[in-house]
Amino acid sequence: MALSHLAASASRSSSLLKPLSSALSLRRPISGDNSPLTVETSVPFTSHQCEAPSRSVETNPKELLTFFRDMALMRRMEIAADSLYKAKLIRGFCHLYDGQEAVAVGMEAAITKKDCIITAYRDHCTFVSRGGTLLEVFAELMGRQAGCSKGKGGSMHFYKKDSNFYGGHGIVGAQVPLGCGLAFAQKYSKDETVTFALYGDGAANQGQLFEALNISALWDLPAILVCENNHYGMGTAEWRAAKSPAYYKRGDYVPGLKVDGMDALAVKQACKFAKEHALKNGPIILEMDTYRYHGHSMSDPGSTYRTRDEISGVRQERDPIERIRKLILSHDLATEKELKDVEKEVRKEVDDAIAQAKESPMPEPSELFTNVYAKGLGVESFGADRKEVRATLP
Amino acid sequence: MLAIARQRMLGQSFKKILPAVSVLRSYSSAAKQITVREALNSALDEEMSADPKVFLMGEEVGEYQGAYKITKGLLEKYGPERVLDTPITEAGFTGIGVGAAYYGLKPVVEFMTFNFSMQAIDHIINSAAKSNYMSAGQISVPIVFRGPNGAAAGVGAQHSQCYAAWYASCPGLKVLSPYNSEDARGLLKAAIRDPDPVVFLENELLYGESFPVSDEVLDSSFCLPIGKAKIEREGKDVTITAFSKMVGYALKAAEMLERDGIYAEVINLRSIRPLDRSTINTSVRKTNRLITVEEGFPQHGVGAEICASVVEESFSYLDAPVERIAGADVPMPYAANLERMAVPQVEDIVRAAKRACYRSVPLAATA
Repeated sequence: MALSHLAASASRSSSLLKPLSSALSLRRPISGDNSPLTVETSVPFTSHQCEAPSRSVETNPKELLTFFRDMALMRRMEIAADSLYKAKLIRGFCHLYDGQEAVAVGMEAAITKKDCIITAYRDHCTFVSRGGTLLEVFAELMGRQAGCSKGKGGSMHFYKKDSNFYGGHGIVGAQVPLGCGLAFAQKYSKDETVTFALYGDGAANQGQLFEALNISALWDLPAILVCENNHYGMGTAEWRAAKSPAYYKRGDYVPGLKVDGMDALAVKQACKFAKEHALKNGPIILEMDTYRYHGHSMSDPGSTYRTRDEISGVRQERDPIERIRKLILSHDLATEKELKDVEKEVRKEVDDAIAQAKESPMPEPSELFTNVYAKGLGVESFGADRKEVRATLP
Repeated sequence: MLAIARQRMLGQSFKKILPAVSVLRSYSSAAKQITVREALNSALDEEMSADPKVFLMGEEVGEYQGAYKITKGLLEKYGPERVLDTPITEAGFTGIGVGAAYYGLKPVVEFMTFNFSMQAIDHIINSAAKSNYMSAGQISVPIVFRGPNGAAAGVGAQHSQCYAAWYASCPGLKVLSPYNSEDARGLLKAAIRDPDPVVFLENELLYGESFPVSDEVLDSSFCLPIGKAKIEREGKDVTITAFSKMVGYALKAAEMLERDGIYAEVINLRSIRPLDRSTINTSVRKTNRLITVEEGFPQHGVGAEICASVVEESFSYLDAPVERIAGADVPMPYAANLERMAVPQVEDIVRAAKRACYRSVPLAATA
């Protein structure tokens, strides 16, 4: 990757080292400063029906270190979830995001919590980037009261309305019209904010997506459709499912951009560009070229339809965390040891959250009957044996 | 000149009719008559006026003035930002409506008929009905899905299905079905104000029918409670439950039964979910006999649920088996004579009531 401002960074690094070493002695996490830094994306953007943004991305040491920490946290979280699932503490579905962290982290860096995000079931990391805590994640996965949906949703149904994260959806493709609806409401309310509706390469062929895109284009909605193309819809490779796997072009009259989804800075640049576009000109499609290391879900080994060489190849060449690590090290923003310490801290945070989540009790039996309605009107509801179990809905 | 003269003549002949109406007003509060269409239109108008978050979307709701003219005049009054004509893409626009409700707006989504709602049913059930539960109360969905339901006249199998039983089986939804103008106004206003997703099942053939309404019903604050049935006609011998157009048929059947000395109590369900089990059971405990009437398919229908409820709650009060009158167990045929056989008629309700009262010999069971 191109390294600009080498000379500048040398002088900067000397001033950086002082606060860092004192920080280390107090065991505070390294944070860096806001001095501007320009980095080039791995590859230029490819565009459809629009002019691509520049591949020079403005960033700063603080942002890069935050990217590293956040992605390391997400990575550790997903791997811990894998272990919990195998230990049968997590049941049912568990779709892991490791490999795709740069999309969540880069997107968040380009927007505010007033912008909306909606995604499908691979939602753990998106929830965290929107401000969800590790405790809420692990408790929800294990079906406990401290979970973000009080244990009643599960892996696929994380929500955080106060930071405009609208889930967490199990039906492939459904989240796209819902996301366009959020954009409609933002425009109706004159909020000057946008919605990012994420979907996979598998969902990209859904009819309702094109229906929603058509309406969004007709009504100029500030909707940004983000295809997280990890190249496999469950076990089906993209070339077997889509006649045209150029997902950024599938909007036809809607402009699109193809982005290296393993490069958090490219993601950030693309999302910033998309937000400006959507507020002025209506919908736009971003295709994030990304990769998941795990299979589709915990029931899928992920190696029957892909070779182990392919998976390890991506891990070696394109891993998003390694990219940022190399960037930080080459700009002397932190030492290798400092970054390893961050990873250790993050691991401890995850372990602590899991321990805390295990302490959280399962929901009270009465919770079976809560939240069926926002306004239950005192109506009766029934258990399996209605002569035995009845409840009044509040 | 001639046109003005003609108008004045019409106005005068109108004035001759009016005094009769105002005389009526002094005797009862139910003087004015409005059609169900006017009732729905005025309810939408008033709720849109009261709450800027309420907006309409659907096919032809705007410039066409509504496929059945229910939304007439609303585009002109509220503008294209609040009355939105959609392309013919139910899955897409229903999802958009639900997403807008997630954000806090109050959409009223029209299906030209509920047959087309099947294209969007995933959004109604999985995106709308279940969200409040799955999110433990974070995401409520204050949306109304409305439109004509059930059979019209001669529209054939794909355009005649009743969806009451399907939607009413789903926890998280509320399902309402008005009969007359008072129901239409009160229930639609309640539906729009309710914070949960409501399926509002109208009937195309009732749109043009007029019913008397009191001043209270015409007031913009008028609202009917969700989950409460109405006893349209009191009786002591047999209970007849019905909703939508079948209420009118049940009332006619009750008149015919009275001539034979059978006094039927007619219950207008108004709310299919929540079902007013209390009113139904109280009535059956009084009359000891029950006929359920609906237009839709019989298997797993609304009548089946009512029968089960009564058997569970009031078994020892039943003096006769519960009778179900429903649409025929076939796709709706087109030919007029077959169509007539495929939907309940007043005679069917009368016959069933007489069977329940042991006034007729039941048909021999099939071998």
